[in-house]
Parts: sequence; C-alpha cells; structure tokens
Amino acid sequence: MNKNNQSLFNKSAAWKFASAAAAVVLLIMLKELGILSTSTLLIFQYIGIYAIVVLGINMVNGYLGVFSLAHAGFMAVGAYTAAVCTKFFFSVEWMFPVAIVAGGLVAMLLGILVAIPSFKTRGDYLAIITLGFTLIVQSVLQNMEFVGASKGLNNIPRHTNIYWVMGCLLFAIFVVSRFIHSKYGRSLKAIRQDQVASMLVSVDVRLNKSIAFALSAFLIGIAGALIGHLLGYTSPSAYGFTNIVDGLVMVYLGGMGSITGSIFGAAVWQVLVQLLKGLGTWRWVVGGGLLCIIMVFRPKGLFGYIELSDLLKKIQAKMKSGKLKKGGNKDE
Amino acid sequence: MSIIVQQLINFLQLGSIYALTAISFSMVYGIAGLVNFAHGSVFGVSMYVLFFVSTLLFQVMESTWLVYVIALTASCVVTSLVALLIEQIAYRPLRKAPKVTVVVSSVGVGMVLQYLILNTAGSKALRMPKLIPDIKFALLGVNIPLFKILIILIAIVTMILLNLIVKKTRLGTAMRAVSQDTIAAGFMGIATSRVISASFVFGAVLAAIAGSLYGTAYSIFAYNVGEQIIWWSFIAAVLGGIGSIRGAVLGGFIISAISILAPMVLPVSSYKDIVAFAVMILVLLIKPTGLLGKKVNEKI
Repeated sequence: MNKNNQSLFNKSAAWKFASAAAAVVLLIMLKELGILSTSTLLIFQYIGIYAIVVLGINMVNGYLGVFSLAHAGFMAVGAYTAAVCTKFFFSVEWMFPVAIVAGGLVAMLLGILVAIPSFKTRGDYLAIITLGFTLIVQSVLQNMEFVGASKGLNNIPRHTNIYWVMGCLLFAIFVVSRFIHSKYGRSLKAIRQDQVASMLVSVDVRLNKSIAFALSAFLIGIAGALIGHLLGYTSPSAYGFTNIVDGLVMVYLGGMGSITGSIFGAAVWQVLVQLLKGLGTWRWVVGGGLLCIIMVFRPKGLFGYIELSDLLKKIQAKMKSGKLKKGGNKDE
Repeated sequence: MSIIVQQLINFLQLGSIYALTAISFSMVYGIAGLVNFAHGSVFGVSMYVLFFVSTLLFQVMESTWLVYVIALTASCVVTSLVALLIEQIAYRPLRKAPKVTVVVSSVGVGMVLQYLILNTAGSKALRMPKLIPDIKFALLGVNIPLFKILIILIAIVTMILLNLIVKKTRLGTAMRAVSQDTIAAGFMGIATSRVISASFVFGAVLAAIAGSLYGTAYSIFAYNVGEQIIWWSFIAAVLGGIGSIRGAVLGGFIISAISILAPMVLPVSSYKDIVAFAVMILVLLIKPTGLLGKKVNEKI
C-alpha cells in the first residue's frame, strides 16, 4: 500500500514537472520565433526569478509553518556573493553558473545559522529575530567598503537571460516537488501541524528545521544572484522592509505551501507591479492594502495547501459523481 | 568628568524615549497578544500631526508651552483615531484567526500608512519647531539644555501615571485580566473586544507622547521616522520581555546604553545596530521570552 502510494506520488510529481517543462519550452519557442517583445520577456524573467523566491519562502513559511522574515537577507547575500564572483573572480560568461551556485551556497550557510533560533523561539519572537537578521545583513552591506557600501555594486555583467531564469525555475520546482513528497517533506508537515506530537513519533525537529531553512535560503540565494545579474547593479537599500513585504504579498497571494500557488502569486504580483508602474510610491500602498485584504478574506492564500493537480482531480471527481463531493480538508 | 555627565544625560534622554515607545508597543502585545508591525507608522503619524499643528499654531501664538500642550493633544487624538481605525479594519475581523495571519496583516497596514504619509506629506525631511523654550543651565560644570531634563521628567511622569492606571483603575484591572486569559476574562463579564481596542488607544497615546519627546530631542525627521525608532523599541521590548511594562523600560535603557557606548568603542558608528541585534538574539537564545518575560509553559 505504502509503496503504491509512493509511486503514485512520484508519478504525479513527474506529471507536474513535465507540464511545467512544457510551458517553459513553449515560452522559449515563442521567444525564438520573435513573437514576444523584449519588455514582455523581461516581465517573464521577473516572474521566473520571483517564483523561485516565493518557492523558497514557502519552504519555511508555508510547508514548515514558521513565520520568517529572513528572505530579504538571503536574497541580498545571494545577489552580493554572485556579483562579487562575476565581477572580481570569474568574469567569463560560461562561469556564470559557478556564481549562481556560490550565491545559493553562501545564503544556505546563513540559512542554517538562522535556523538555530527557530529551535527554541517561535511565533512572534522568531519573526523579530529573522527581521533582525535581514536588518543586520543590510547594515553590514551598508558599511562594507569592499562591496561599495551604501552605493552598492554597479556594472555587474548582465549574464541573466530567459534560459538561465527558466532553467533555475525548473530546477527549483523539481527540487521542491521532490522534497515535499520525501521523508523530510512529510516531517515538515508533521512539525507544522504539531511540533510536540511529531517529536513523540521521533521526527528530528532540529534537523528538519535546519534542512528547510537551508533549502529555502539556497533557492532565495539563487534568485538573488539572478536578479543582480539581470539588473546589472545591486544596492543594500533594495533588500529592506519593502522587499520583505513584496515577498510576503506574493506568498500569501498565491497560497501557503503550494507550488502552483507560488508561481501564480509571483506572476500576478509582477504583472500587477508592471501595470501599477505609473503609480510610483503608491504601489506600496496598494501592496500593503492587498496583503491586509488577503489576510482578512482568505488567510491561506488563493492556493493554500492545494496544487493545481489536486484541483483538477477534484473537478474530475465532481464530474464523475455528478454532485458536490465533500472532500474536507485532508491537508490541514 | 563633564563628558561623562553629558553622556549620562544623553543616555537617560534616549533611554526614556526608547522606554516609552517600547511600552507603547508592549501594551498592545501584552493585551491583544499581537506584534503590531504597524506601530511604527502610527508613531510616524503622530510626528506629522504634531509638526503640522505646531507650525500652524506658532503663526498665531507665542507661548511655546501652550502650543506644546495643544499640539500634543491633537496628535494624541488623531493617532488614537488612526489606531482605532486600523484595529477595526485589519485586526478585529481576525480576532479568532491564527496569530501569524494578524502579524502579516499588521505588516500590510504599516506599509499602507507609511506610504500614505510619504505620498501626502512628501519624502523631504522636516524640522520640528522648538516646542520647549531654549534655556540652558549649569549642572556639575556642564551646560544642560532644559529640554533634555524635561524629556526625562515627562517620560517618568507618564510611566508613573500609566502604572497607576494599570494597577488602580477598573479599566486597568480589566486589561490585566484580558492579558492573563482572554477567554476567562470574557466569562467574568469583561468586554474583551473593547478592552483590546482600549489597549490600541493607550499604545497610540503613548506613541504620540514619545513622538513629541523624540521631536524635541532630535528635531529632524522624515516619513520613515517610525520605521527607525520603532525597530529599536521592538528590540527593547523583546529584550525585556514583550508584554511586560517593566521589561520594556529595562530594555529601553539597555538599548540606549548600547547606542551610546557602542560608537565609542566600534570603528563605524552604524555597527551599533548589529551589536543591539546580536545582544537581542543572544538573550532570546538563552531566555526565549526576554529578560523579564513570563515563562510560557507549552500546553499539550
């Protein structure tokens, strides 16, 4: 029975992955045919990068169910590490992956460090500690002459293109979808629902929290590396409170603990940002307001703990039985 | 000697401002059990109201004392209303929701308020008019301006008053009951929802008083003033133990000591942020509920 389930999971994960890959191939074909304009392509790149960020945030805030605000810090670390790599060490274009991975790995190390306070403290206190982490990162970057202090780094080679972004996104989707159905992913779900009970059935809470933070930081670090090489510059002020809110809006818009939701949230918010460009700083008023509205009316986000494939299955079942099926919330 | 006295006065002044803001933040946490990330923006609103009312009044009257009192009253009223409005819109519908939801919602409200200030009042830094007459007097061979002494005095008086209200009045008793156990307090006939709203008003009034003190002490501020000072009082409150008034005062003075002492030792003055955060994280690692925080037993 168990084995059967396992293979079923793999099959559905494989399907998900295949459909995502097909979407990316379609996108790249459209690009090669010259149908997409440069600006549309840019929006797709933003969507891809932020989808990776949101997948990373979801790892901790969604699947693990811990409220962390460290993502802006991880993103800053990823962006700066990769930028330093390409600017000072490997400026050749084919070495770009090394820079991306370096950004991810350094962020991952810090992620493990941030995981330590999460063993003991929780809830609001952890939110404040992780916020502290982000602000420390920002403050350190502002004072380091080596990386341009508060002016930041300029003239970063613009290596990022749609292939890198979509490649990294596919990698992120693959890793996350494999991870959440693995032993560790199920442990995270157990910890989210009841930490004490999961300890009683010998789930190693510390190890699993560290893994979740490490993976989350790695993904966000990669996204940071990509965004730095997309914009061509990076400055400490970009990774403060506004960045934190941006990330939260996308996570909660799309839905907690859902791959579909992560991509959807990133896509909707990035398109919205482009549409609201004329609003200038009013866009933060809209963003903050949107966050409140989501919280009041749909606290788990649009795809909270649901995947697109689950929805399709539900619709199929509904059509078969011909009436509304009371599935209940098996996941929560 | 004179430099020590001067720094001591600076320490007390900064400490009392941090203590007041930390209490104002801690009030809401202690009673509503919610980290109010929007509090910084409420503080910002109070500064702007104070600024606009006092600049307007200085055109018609001379007496700084009168202006100070009127402007402070106006800013208390407006910030209370803003806090109540926030509470009605963003927190009240979420009374029964998980805590994280409310925290996210408060982050959103804070963002909205801060950028509303930016969009209506502009991003330019403003200078608060002098609300306390510029008198200096000598103490131990140091010239100390009157406002520094007054800031410390006002802060102490406010804290004593607050302590009396919380300890002696009916509302204070109700607040303490709600903070101990919201459900049981409801059973005893306390209108918990109204008490929580009252705690928001208290927090807003304290923030407005602290804002007036901050304005007199440092005079220059911009739209993100709340962000800066409230982070510090967050740390102060968390360090002392969120929800505890005495803890907030202790935390406020510790943070003030760090920000006065650290620049003397460290090469770059802004590294004091890192020291303060590091101290906070260390304290939380050892004592997860802060220095004077109540130990929370985990319910299974």
